[in-house]
Amino acid sequence: YRSPPPAKYGGRHTVTLIPGDGIGPELLNHVRELFRFCCVPVDFEVVRVDSSASSEDDINNAVTAIKRNGVALKGNIETNHNLPPSHNPGTICFDLYANVMHCQSLPGVPTRHKDIDVIIIRENTEGEYSSLEHENVPGVVESLKIITRVNSLRIAEYAFNLAREKGRRKVTAVHKANIMKLGDGLFLQCCKEVAAGYPDITFDKMIVDNTTMQLVSKPQQFDVMVMPNLYGNVVSNVCAGLVGGPGLVPGVNYGKDYAVFETATRNTGKNIANKNIANPTATLLASCLMLDHLKLRAYAKMIRKAVLKTLSETQLQTADLGGQGTTSEVAHSIMQEIQRGGPRTSEQI
Amino acid sequence: MAGNAWRSTVSHVMGAIKTQSPLPRTFSRGIQTVTLIPGDGIGPEISTAVMKIFEAAKAPIQWEERNVTAIKGPGGRWMIPPEAKESMNKNKIGLKGPLKTPIAAGHPSMNLLLRKTFDLYANVRPCVSIEGFKTPYTDVDLVTIRENTEGEYSGIEHLIVDGVVQSIKLITEEASRRIAEYAFEYARNNQRTSVTAVHKANIMRMSDGLFLRKCREVAENYKDVKFTEMYLDTVCLNMVQDPSHFDVLVMPNLYGDILSDLCAGLIGGLGVTPSGNIGANGVAIFESVHGTAPDIAGKDLANPTALLLSAVMMLRHMGLHGHAKKIETACFDTIRDEKVLTKDLGGNAKCSEFTADICRRVQDMD
Repeated sequence: YRSPPPAKYGGRHTVTLIPGDGIGPELLNHVRELFRFCCVPVDFEVVRVDSSASSEDDINNAVTAIKRNGVALKGNIETNHNLPPSHNPGTICFDLYANVMHCQSLPGVPTRHKDIDVIIIRENTEGEYSSLEHENVPGVVESLKIITRVNSLRIAEYAFNLAREKGRRKVTAVHKANIMKLGDGLFLQCCKEVAAGYPDITFDKMIVDNTTMQLVSKPQQFDVMVMPNLYGNVVSNVCAGLVGGPGLVPGVNYGKDYAVFETATRNTGKNIANKNIANPTATLLASCLMLDHLKLRAYAKMIRKAVLKTLSETQLQTADLGGQGTTSEVAHSIMQEIQRGGPRTSEQI
Repeated sequence: MAGNAWRSTVSHVMGAIKTQSPLPRTFSRGIQTVTLIPGDGIGPEISTAVMKIFEAAKAPIQWEERNVTAIKGPGGRWMIPPEAKESMNKNKIGLKGPLKTPIAAGHPSMNLLLRKTFDLYANVRPCVSIEGFKTPYTDVDLVTIRENTEGEYSGIEHLIVDGVVQSIKLITEEASRRIAEYAFEYARNNQRTSVTAVHKANIMRMSDGLFLRKCREVAENYKDVKFTEMYLDTVCLNMVQDPSHFDVLVMPNLYGDILSDLCAGLIGGLGVTPSGNIGANGVAIFESVHGTAPDIAGKDLANPTALLLSAVMMLRHMGLHGHAKKIETACFDTIRDEKVLTKDLGGNAKCSEFTADICRRVQDMD
């Protein structure tokens, strides 16, 4: 799944930056500072789309910017109930059909479960999020969940291909086909069809309620998981919680031609905004994934290494991990760690 | 739209408005008869275990055993046997073991049939960490209340064109109001401090929005109980990090299915989780939610804890708090002691030994 090369002029990439609401702006500022410090050849084009002032024009401008650059890094945008429903304006315009979250136990983070290493692939465009609702009879509301063969095959293909690429052994499809026989039944059927083309990978299926039960008792049994939209929402939040919370896990939304990087659980964190206590790890790791995508792998490796090293230092851990470190202390420590790694001239990298 | 489904939905809504569910009666005097449905697989042996323990505790309960395997009624529709239906309607309270749903039997799931027959609209699962049965979570004490009749499990699906399927999630004002009422009543009757509505109204604005509105309206009448709202994903995220933040949770069908199993997983699985189904007209059926375990059936290896705790829930529903506490304490003490545990709890004992230990403790308490 190689997208067309993103905007790159004179060796520098341009990436759309959407600060969003809550802790988004401050954390993305730290990303920018860190990139400047490391001389990462990325320029950010900032587009403001948030719950306060966004008109349709603003959203259209953001869409154009992302289309032009092909890559975006974003904070979460709080739902504005006055605007028409569009939970992620991006996913529909860019057909960002695969939401991928790699959940790993990170060293130094206190959690109840250890050795978790799960990749969750969530169908991002249809299912329960179709926004098709109506009230035919007063007091009776119908909400439509749409499952199509095309999208189910596509996400299954993505999952198996990713599994193969990363050398993973098993793909588990999460569903509720015993109840939603046609809808989830179709999804499952598509996964089975695609699985036939990947005999080297084990294909397994599990009902969503059993899945959550298994996740809280034995999460180590899961490898790669693929599922429709709503279950994806549930499972990714459960897994993020299991490895240490929303402050640690990055997420990516892939389309054929575009990629948008963000935190996996899409929380705005408005209660802790501007207090310098938010955990920047998820956002920083998301920016590393973005650097990987832009083929700036050496930079990605360098930053990721520094982030994880700082994370394992208990005295610096932020409040969400039970510590008392501030965001700026963490950011500063990461920069120091990178500096310790040696001069960062372009020749070396 | 599917015309017949519409008509039946509307009449269901209208019908439900007319019926008011009466408050549970207290049965503190005299012997109360309860319908017992042993079920299949390990059902009969765990039911026997529960009956023995109740006898040891001198609980004022008399059991009326019934079989609910579906039969074809006049007109060709599957229904539960009339003796079972009569018994439940008379006694109002039932205790049920696991039922198997044979694949090619032709009849629908028995649980579904029971639900429809008695309009079991609320599924209640109290999840409390069991001391002595170690799980990574030690401080769980919450209750999930799930709307059990509509939502995503309406069973209405259509093939629009080849390759495009539509599943309909139905949310009605009446069902939402009813479940919210039950949740707040439950909170009040069981001294719980807060009720949290779990939803995804940011995505499903009309359907979950309606559910949420009804919860808010009902909350107005229960000012003594704190009401909060939380997105489903936030609940999942927080639940696996710190379940002690949650008290009573109320939600539509699908979220309830997922969350109640998630919470069961926190305390140790379906083998130790009690469950109750509340219906209209005062009917309540308490059940164990695990499977029939055909591989260990009849071998005296089963763990009766889930059914026993459901029976304890039943006693509380009937107002027999003293007996409930006695039996529950005996059960937890046996597990905490770790000397006589069934295989799934980590021990080697037989079901009868486990049961006998609990009976002994119960008798010692008198």
